This record gives sequence, structure tokens and C-alpha cells, in this order.
Amino acid sequence: MKRVLHVRVWRGARDGHFQGFEVPRHESQTVLDVVTHIQRDLDPTLSYRFACRVGMCGSCAMTVNGKARWTCRTQVTTVSKDGRLDIAPLQNLPVIKDLVADMAPFFDKWARAKGQFRGDRTRKEDFARIRPESTERRLVDEAIECIGCGVCYSACDVVRWNPHYLGPAALNRAWTLHNDARDVRRAERLAAVAGDAGCHACHTQMGCTERCPKHLSPTKSISGLKRAALEAALKGQL
Amino acid sequence: MNVPGELSPPAPTLRVRTQVLLWAAQRVSALVLAVCVLVHLVTTIYAIRNGLSAAEILSRTRGSVGWSAFYAIFVGAIAVHAPIGLRTVLSETLHWRGRSLDAAMVLLALALAYGGWRAVYAVVAGG
Repeated sequence: MKRVLHVRVWRGARDGHFQGFEVPRHESQTVLDVVTHIQRDLDPTLSYRFACRVGMCGSCAMTVNGKARWTCRTQVTTVSKDGRLDIAPLQNLPVIKDLVADMAPFFDKWARAKGQFRGDRTRKEDFARIRPESTERRLVDEAIECIGCGVCYSACDVVRWNPHYLGPAALNRAWTLHNDARDVRRAERLAAVAGDAGCHACHTQMGCTERCPKHLSPTKSISGLKRAALEAALKGQL
Repeated sequence: MNVPGELSPPAPTLRVRTQVLLWAAQRVSALVLAVCVLVHLVTTIYAIRNGLSAAEILSRTRGSVGWSAFYAIFVGAIAVHAPIGLRTVLSETLHWRGRSLDAAMVLLALALAYGGWRAVYAVVAGG
């Protein structure tokens, strides 16, 4: 193991540059450890975002050697064989400063995809009973585990080519609600996520599925939406 | 640098239902094309393996209801499939969107159908 890591870190906003740092190498060192070392010991003006450090919050996602990853769960050994690291903010999002991407467009698209749950029961009524083995519930077993880190959005080529495309995470969220028997906006949501800026823009390249740190498959969710929207379109319900 | 999400989505020029049906039409036409291309290539290779001339090929296709139907379907599938796919390619690579793109693709579909069916007519009917 080399004793020093040669790290280049993105500095500035949209028009920025990479700045080089030398960081001491340690056993079991994560990329987040590297960024934290730079900020605490080498340059306190470096901005980055993190919270839980254990892969639960999804806030430390960055582009590491060209690929979107959670930095807290990425060991340096798995991404850097030659002792070099390039660390940049998530792609496909505006950059606020250094390694901090602006997540607003990402979550605006969740809103456009009608990613909010809306039921029609009051607190005076009994709980809705969803059988765990029901088809609709099982269809979203995986999809509901998304924590909204933005890695899939950053890895998606269609998002890059079509700025209006809702992206894998928002569509995955829509798929979970589409299969939620308690939700009352399913038809409205299906219309919001179908078509050229929605699920039908997906080319099934599966960049999202390949990069998802939780090993979910937004591609599968998007395929489900495509089928559901087509069925609705054929029935004249879209 | 292109930053997706900075722009609010434009008002769609096609209804959502139309967009979805176009998507379905492209998939269905792709299925038809897969079969047509295979039959076309196999037939072509088989027909010319012993050096068949154009005149000999025409003598076999003239008046053939089967071949005229086959190539008429082939051309129809192309006229549906190509413009829908090109519409996506152009919007993603050149960021050309809206009514002008849709109109251009309708014209392309008509041109492909006209040119293709005219060729089929010429081969089958001799016109």
C-alpha cells in the first residue's frame, strides 16, 4: 500500500477547477475520510456534505474517479489502485460550491412526479390493511428502500441528454405510490410520469441500477410504469 | 455544462396519451422489423447464391401478392419506426423539440412511406 494518496478535488462552482492534495494513506480508509482529512487538516475552506457516515442518510454522494458513489461506504482500495483519486460533486446537478451539489432540481422532479403520498382516510378511521404478500405490495418491496441520495440521477445518461427527464429516483418513487392501495392520485400520477419527459424516455441502459448503492433497480420500477401507462393509454384513461 | 432540471419543462406539444402510444408504436414496429429484416436478408442471400440477375429477381417478384404484401408491411414498419426513433435522437443530441420537430418527423414518415411503397409497386407491378 502506498503511503500517500494523490487526490484532486473539485473547487469552485460550475466554472471551477481541480486542486491537488496529498493525503496520508490508512488502513480501511474511506473516500469520506480522505475528504474530511483535507477539510480538517489541509484546507478548511473545502465544502462538502455528509451526516451519518454509515450509509443511511445518502448525503455524502459524490463523483469518485468518474463514478457516482456514497463516499462513506467507498473504501479507497476499491476505487484507487494507483494511489490517485479524483473527487467531484454529483453530475447532472448544479454545483453550489466544491463538492456540494444543489439537490433542488432532483427533488423538484420528485414533486413533478407527484411523489407525495395522499390518502383519503382520517385519523378517526381504522388503519388501512395491506397484506405483505399482496402482488402490489411485493412489486415495491425493493423500491421503497430508496433514500434519495441522487447517485442514480447522477449516473443517468438520459438525464444528461434530456434535462426535463424526471430521472430514475423520482420515477422509482412514483412506482411505489402507484402500487400503494391507500393512495388516491394514481391516475393523476401516471399521467405526470408518462411520456417524453417521464418513464418512456428511459432507454433501459441501467446505469441507475448498476450504480445504486442499495442495489435497487429503478429500471424495473420504470418498466412497471411504462406498462401501467400503456395500459391506461389503451383504455383511454391517460 | 448542461445542468438538467434548471429549466422548467416546456408545455408538451403532444398529449401524454399520444406520446405513450407513439412509444408503443415504435416497440411494435420494431418487432415487425426484426422479422422483416431477417426474412429479407435470408431471402436475398439465398436468391443470389448462384448469381441471380436483377431481371431474374424481377421476374419472380412481378405480380407476387405475397412479396408485395411482405414489402408493403416492411415499408410501413419503417415509416412508423424510424421517425419516432429519430425524434428522440434529435431531441437528445441537438435539443430540437416542439412542433417543428414533430412536423419534420411527420414529413419524414410520409416521405419514407411514399418512397418505399412506390418502390414496392415498381418491383411488383412493374411501374
